[in-house]
Amino acid sequence: MSFSLESLYFALPESILAIASLLVVLVVAYGGDGQANRTRVKRLTLAAYAIALLSVWSIGPQSAVILNGLFAVTPLTHFMKILVLLGAMAATWMVEDRWGEGIERPEYNLLVMLATLGMLLMVSANDLMSLYMGLEMQSLPLYVIAAMRTKSVKSSEAGLKYFLLGALSSGMLLYGASFIYGYTGTTNFGEIATALGAGPSAGLIVGMVFLLAGLAFKISAAPFHMWTPDVYEGAPTPVTALFAIAPKVAAMALILNVTYGAFGTISFQWGQVIMALAVVSMIVGALGAIMQTNIKRMMAYSSIAHMGYALCGLAAGTTEGATGVMVYMTTYIIMGAGSFAIILLMRRDGEPVEKLSDLTGLSATHPLLAAGLMIIMFSMAGIPPLAGFFGKWYVFLAAVNAGLVPLAVIGVLTSVIGAFYYLRIIRLMYFQEAEQALDTGLAFQNKAVLTVCLVLIVFFVFLIGPIREQADFAVMSVFSQGLS
Amino acid sequence: MLQNWPILSLVTFMPLLGVAFLLMIRSTGPVADNNARYVALWTSGFTFIISCVLLFGFDNNASGYQFEEFAVWIEGTGINYHMGVDGLSMPFVLLSTFLMPFAILASWKSVNHRVKEYMIAFLVLETMMIGMFASLDMLMFYLFFEGVLIPMFLIIGVWGGPRRVYAAFKFFLYTLLGSVLMLVCMLAMYNMAGTTDIVKLTDFDFAPALQTWLFLGFFASFAVKVPMWPVHTWLPDAHVEAPTAGSMILAGVLLKMGGYGFLRFSLPMFPEASEYFAPFMFALSVVAVIYTSLVALAQSDMKKLIAYSSVAHMGFVTIGIFSLNEQGVAGAMFQMISHGLVSAALFFCVGVVYDRLHTRDIDAYGGVADTMPRYAAWFMFMMLASVGLPGTSGFVGEMLVLVGAWQAAPWVAIFSATGLILGACYMLWLYRRVVFGRAVKRSVLNMPRLEGRETFIFVPLTILVIWFGVYPSSLIDVMDVTIGDLLSHISSGLTLAQAGQ
Repeated sequence: MSFSLESLYFALPESILAIASLLVVLVVAYGGDGQANRTRVKRLTLAAYAIALLSVWSIGPQSAVILNGLFAVTPLTHFMKILVLLGAMAATWMVEDRWGEGIERPEYNLLVMLATLGMLLMVSANDLMSLYMGLEMQSLPLYVIAAMRTKSVKSSEAGLKYFLLGALSSGMLLYGASFIYGYTGTTNFGEIATALGAGPSAGLIVGMVFLLAGLAFKISAAPFHMWTPDVYEGAPTPVTALFAIAPKVAAMALILNVTYGAFGTISFQWGQVIMALAVVSMIVGALGAIMQTNIKRMMAYSSIAHMGYALCGLAAGTTEGATGVMVYMTTYIIMGAGSFAIILLMRRDGEPVEKLSDLTGLSATHPLLAAGLMIIMFSMAGIPPLAGFFGKWYVFLAAVNAGLVPLAVIGVLTSVIGAFYYLRIIRLMYFQEAEQALDTGLAFQNKAVLTVCLVLIVFFVFLIGPIREQADFAVMSVFSQGLS
Repeated sequence: MLQNWPILSLVTFMPLLGVAFLLMIRSTGPVADNNARYVALWTSGFTFIISCVLLFGFDNNASGYQFEEFAVWIEGTGINYHMGVDGLSMPFVLLSTFLMPFAILASWKSVNHRVKEYMIAFLVLETMMIGMFASLDMLMFYLFFEGVLIPMFLIIGVWGGPRRVYAAFKFFLYTLLGSVLMLVCMLAMYNMAGTTDIVKLTDFDFAPALQTWLFLGFFASFAVKVPMWPVHTWLPDAHVEAPTAGSMILAGVLLKMGGYGFLRFSLPMFPEASEYFAPFMFALSVVAVIYTSLVALAQSDMKKLIAYSSVAHMGFVTIGIFSLNEQGVAGAMFQMISHGLVSAALFFCVGVVYDRLHTRDIDAYGGVADTMPRYAAWFMFMMLASVGLPGTSGFVGEMLVLVGAWQAAPWVAIFSATGLILGACYMLWLYRRVVFGRAVKRSVLNMPRLEGRETFIFVPLTILVIWFGVYPSSLIDVMDVTIGDLLSHISSGLTLAQAGQ
């Protein structure tokens, strides 16, 4: 395979973001620190996301391997890139930098855009080299923005903790990658899959386990979740919103590509690893959230549990499971964006508040906001007919069909425990009187994001058909041959 | 011609139209509250009128489903939008649409805060209930079945009594825990049959060993809903804390979801497991009948007493269902409809006096007959219907169940018949303590008489209870053919299994 211009066409979304970020660097550097420049940067990044999204859309669900096999564009990456870009757009648009929290610098949105570029690279990585490159490209800006509220000890701690543990996980990932390279003689996913045709060697499996451990850190699957609650709590809320929405979708796409693509023939072996991760994540997520009093920490545990549910589909090791994961991530991103649209608005006297008890009596003071959060919480608990239920339906369906009934039973039981803490928020908002009201006046963009998310959640019964079909098409066109 | 109209969908989703109207009411204050009440009343009333089309268009002699509707929902996966009613579900659809306007009327004056949200919750609840009885697709059934939890949780939690938070959580988590186990079984069934269509699943032969597990999964869900002893403990809490209308719907319709589920899923789809577990179900039901009747005797709270009596009455329903014969199943159906009317009326009876004195403590009353003579008469009638006085619908249901149980297993009939005596004890004793005696308490003396609105709720309920009591075949004819089909399906499934062995 040699370099051709045509191959750049498939790298259009990434190229657009890369070029735009170079431009924005100049704007940041020469535009000053003022409000006008911050707004300019935000608009430029939003425009870049929109154009990148358009280019993803115009490329469509095609398949191509580009740049000497470093990257692969498939219907699956198409689906996931749309999710990532929409998530990044929502997370950028919802945030007003005049809110303070340390993100009132023009660099903030630039860093977010660089992270998003990293996510896109992760999604279409087709080689251990590009995998690592994308992962670090995404992680480094996130380390910085997690610590961006420099006056807050917690924020600095969050950034440092995230960085140290992130470096550790990168080390594990690289160690695993070196094993894989050593035993197969290649870093390309397709060639690894071919090399595996002869049967896996013990060393290779060791490498794969290390690789998966590194990736599990990125989606905060237990027992690699330690950083999540602290980083979610310590980082400025807009950063937490970004963490909750976009990176996990990209990391999940990467895990799909690695497990189904590179290691598709040894699904039994990685299935066990994923199953263990899923069980521990579901239990840790459900039990950990019960005692939390801070809504951001609670959302952290909630996202750990969500990753556990999504991994249930992956553990099945079937195409159906991959479809389930994609449907699950779609619902996850909708619910995440919706819930953070509200959490971002939680402020009293202009200062952000993040205690669960701050939501007390919200239904009396902010009826629409409370109704919205209530619907999202029911959806997160997986109560039909809302969106969250369908994600669970498809991942558990895949698990049951693959004979993993105990996994599905653990999953549904932990989701009952999970329902308890989601209901607790509804109790605070609806069953108790307000002591001190939150600020009124909702920002337009939060209302817009919230409304869109709510419409999608409530009317998901109409969307599940097309979304499942798209996901199924993507999975079938990519993984149908590789699986054993 | 009417057969071509999507009547079922119209009935199911009509309440949501009312919700849309309610959402448009943006102002607050008494006028807006009143508007909300009227919108809800008109919507539910209109829904009932449309549902009457089902009643008159229903062919009693046809087997299979009627008013069927079909549309592709999730392409290429065997999951479709499929609605239809037969003799088992049609009475429940009508019961739901019939009770809802009265539930809204019952809360006309007692609910004064967040009226709009209250009415929205009830209308959403109505859609969920009707949809659950009318859906012929397992996934749809599950959506509606679980969807009920959302409005009911809010109704108990927002408008309930002092311990409402505890009761709402207990109700929600208890029911959810049962339902998720059913969900896993549904996934397994979908995996094997490749479809979630109830009609096709009914004809699918599940392996006997598997049937046991599937039966237990569904049992976990339906037993909590019925509720059967020993998983009934959520019910007294939920009833006591729920507002009057919430209790009416909970006892009137929601408890029937369990019995209906047994008849729609467990019996036809797992006939062997049903036969295998029948003695187990009998045992649980007999314990429920006797134990909860004794517990009811010891209650000092009116609502709690009636809640326990509901558990006892639903014990008869499960006995009838698992006697697996014509009389037993018909009796169970009859008992469910009858209990739907009678217990809703009884909870309303409590609501009437609760609105006046704001206590449910039996000792706070006494001599109500002096101040509210007409109320005493209605209450007496409903109390006797609950006891199973001949001439009321309660008698027919219990009678048929006992006949069916005698055929299946005489010991069940003997033990459960004692429940009738105990039922008479606690109901009559309740009535004596509340209504008879000299009215000496000042609060009781000052109780205003029955309003026209309240009388208006009692009249139709009473008429129906008498109608079904004297002319039971009007109801039995509707479900006769379906029950016959169901039983022959079960026996053919059983012979097939024996031949296989």
